[in-house]
Amino acid sequence: MQEILVLILFILMTVVTGTYIGLVCKGVDRKLASYFQARIGPPIWQPFWDLKKLMLKQTIIPENAVKWIFTGAPLLALSSSVLLLIYIWIPYFLHLTGMGNAFFMKSGDLILIIYLLMVPAIALVVGGFASGSPLATIGAQREMVILMATELPIAVAIVTVAWRMGTLAPDAAPFALGTVAAYPFWGGMGPIGIIGGILLLFTFLTVIPAEVAKIPFDQAEAETEIAEGLVAEYSGKHFAFFQLAEGIKAVAITSLTVVMFFPQGFTALTGYRLEVSGVNITIAADIFFFLFKMFIVYTLAITIVRVSMARLKITQVSRLFILIITAISLSGFVLIYLDPAILKM
Amino acid sequence: MSKGSTYKLQIGPTHPAFKEPVRFEFEVDGEHILNCDIDMGYTHRGIEKVAVERNFIQIIYLLERVCGICSFSHPMGYCLAVENAADMEVPARAKYIRTILGELERLHSHLLWTGVAAHEIGFDTLFYYTWTIREKVMDSLEAVTGNRVNYAMLTIGGVRRDITPDLVPMLRETVDYYHELYDKASEILLDDLTVRLRSENVGILTYDQAVNLCAVGPTARASGLAKDVRVDYPVNAYPDIPWLKAITPRDFGKEPVGDVYDRFIVRVLEIKQSIDIIEFCLDNMPEGPIAVETNAIKMINSLKKIQGEGIGRYEAPRGEVSHYHILDNREGPVCSKVKAPTYSNIISWVPMFLGAEIADIPLIMSAIDPCIACADRMSMVNRSGNKFQMSASDLRKLSIEKMNRIRGIKG
Repeated sequence: MQEILVLILFILMTVVTGTYIGLVCKGVDRKLASYFQARIGPPIWQPFWDLKKLMLKQTIIPENAVKWIFTGAPLLALSSSVLLLIYIWIPYFLHLTGMGNAFFMKSGDLILIIYLLMVPAIALVVGGFASGSPLATIGAQREMVILMATELPIAVAIVTVAWRMGTLAPDAAPFALGTVAAYPFWGGMGPIGIIGGILLLFTFLTVIPAEVAKIPFDQAEAETEIAEGLVAEYSGKHFAFFQLAEGIKAVAITSLTVVMFFPQGFTALTGYRLEVSGVNITIAADIFFFLFKMFIVYTLAITIVRVSMARLKITQVSRLFILIITAISLSGFVLIYLDPAILKM
Repeated sequence: MSKGSTYKLQIGPTHPAFKEPVRFEFEVDGEHILNCDIDMGYTHRGIEKVAVERNFIQIIYLLERVCGICSFSHPMGYCLAVENAADMEVPARAKYIRTILGELERLHSHLLWTGVAAHEIGFDTLFYYTWTIREKVMDSLEAVTGNRVNYAMLTIGGVRRDITPDLVPMLRETVDYYHELYDKASEILLDDLTVRLRSENVGILTYDQAVNLCAVGPTARASGLAKDVRVDYPVNAYPDIPWLKAITPRDFGKEPVGDVYDRFIVRVLEIKQSIDIIEFCLDNMPEGPIAVETNAIKMINSLKKIQGEGIGRYEAPRGEVSHYHILDNREGPVCSKVKAPTYSNIISWVPMFLGAEIADIPLIMSAIDPCIACADRMSMVNRSGNKFQMSASDLRKLSIEKMNRIRGIKG
């Protein structure tokens, strides 16, 4: 009983802080981008004001839209993003505190996360098709292409990590996030394996901008081409939900990258424990350290990429992911697979 | 290309990629454009009609407002036309000042275009950088003329303000600033991988098409058609510049394809050319008066004595702008005709769009650097306010009727 209450408390905390951090990250991203572009840019709190204003604005539903799908899609996107964040954050922090992890060991693992990652995008596609605008239809088609193109590289990277868990800890559940966090992916790897790991990390960093629809992979929303495409018809609170979902999803996928590739907590890395008058507060340091790592990934994969590139064409994107990025992730898998054999030689 | 069903995609009249209203109707199969129809006339303001009702001096300031970017080129074309009709010889110093201003305008227009093109392909960093660089030339224009956009610098038979010796160091500093930046900027613009991915082999206008469709300006030159009014029919100080030539991608060591990337090349090289021309003019500026007649009333009175017609051709940043005016013992012309470069280039949009993807639409559309306000010279509406279309023969009949009417007044 008590365990469930703690879990519910954790979930509530995740929802609140996840939303908050998603919006702050968005604000910092905009501020940093404006720094790179030699302009002043909006204040860091701008996403909060935007959200507040969108919530107050009139919500217009187009005449030829399918109403229940049109209004349902943003809610689906938001709730699935939040769920995604819960399934990534809670097992990881439970592992760091060393508390019971039984629930997340059994249910909710990397495979679920692969599917949950798709749901906000599918919600956008469904909402786009339902809005009855030709521009949104084009955006929805493009989003589907990106969705399908990025699926295989992500799956290969995640399966490779799980496979690695199987060799590192044969007794633990390989796909559970607790296991991934407990046994750092790089442990006991030879030089070939490290190269493979870097290729997988590169795959993930490339997929992040595509997942959160940022330049060079924002074809589905392409402002100058199809006038925000998918969300062209959305306004008011429905649009706000999409914005929020996008922010939370960005936090979720960068967190996933951190958990998969750099899960070491404060104690694991420094060997110290923080104690104030006998109370262990290492978890606070862990949280800050985790947010720091997450923010680095966020900046590298989203902010820096989006200010230094032009938007690609959808044909170029599908070619890039289906041919090049898939090949990179597969070769990463092969290198990691071959690594133990080479180490033995 | 699949044989799937096609659908109609309407872009415009208002769209985030467009600075001005114009409507395209594309027939699209998936992402590929099969057909394209262009609908203009959303920003027609009747400038030619207004011009006929003003006097010669007022028209200069009216024509500055034909277009926000070519606010030097249009009055320049007009002044050349009136000077042509009146057989007026402009003082040498005025010619040099006109050239400097024209090139400053070309510099800022090309930088503006580069930023817009970068924005269209989603490269906002490049957009902000080029527009920051552009501030320098805008400041120079403001220092010389007093205004950033509508310069009010020209008058018939000369210019209104001199480039005094204390302005020269500032202009030289501007020239040096761009000389220094040029190598770095051209590298960012022409070598960036994503820019090349987006612009190479996109919106191709072949040499033959450029010739047949009478493309002008950088659009034509990017297709390898060496066509530049500054070289072919030089006015102002251009005849004095021995090394002046029409820039094609060949000057970059590349065989012209006629794609958007070639237009990038031409415009970047023209930035360099403009800097050199300004430097040449500053070095060789003759002394003397800056205008035939500084008193506007006297000028109008002398023009009132003239009967005849004049044509003015000038190379605006977007291509050839030509003005045709008929003078007939009045305070103003009896007929004014403005032909902006965009007007010549509109039709070359069609071969560029065919076979392109939806993603290419904004880039191709901005590749000719369109100025819809320049090109919108007519809009056909019936009494109930609905638009209707006219065929070429109908238009020809109307034009003949109009000319006969004007000649009737004359005779």
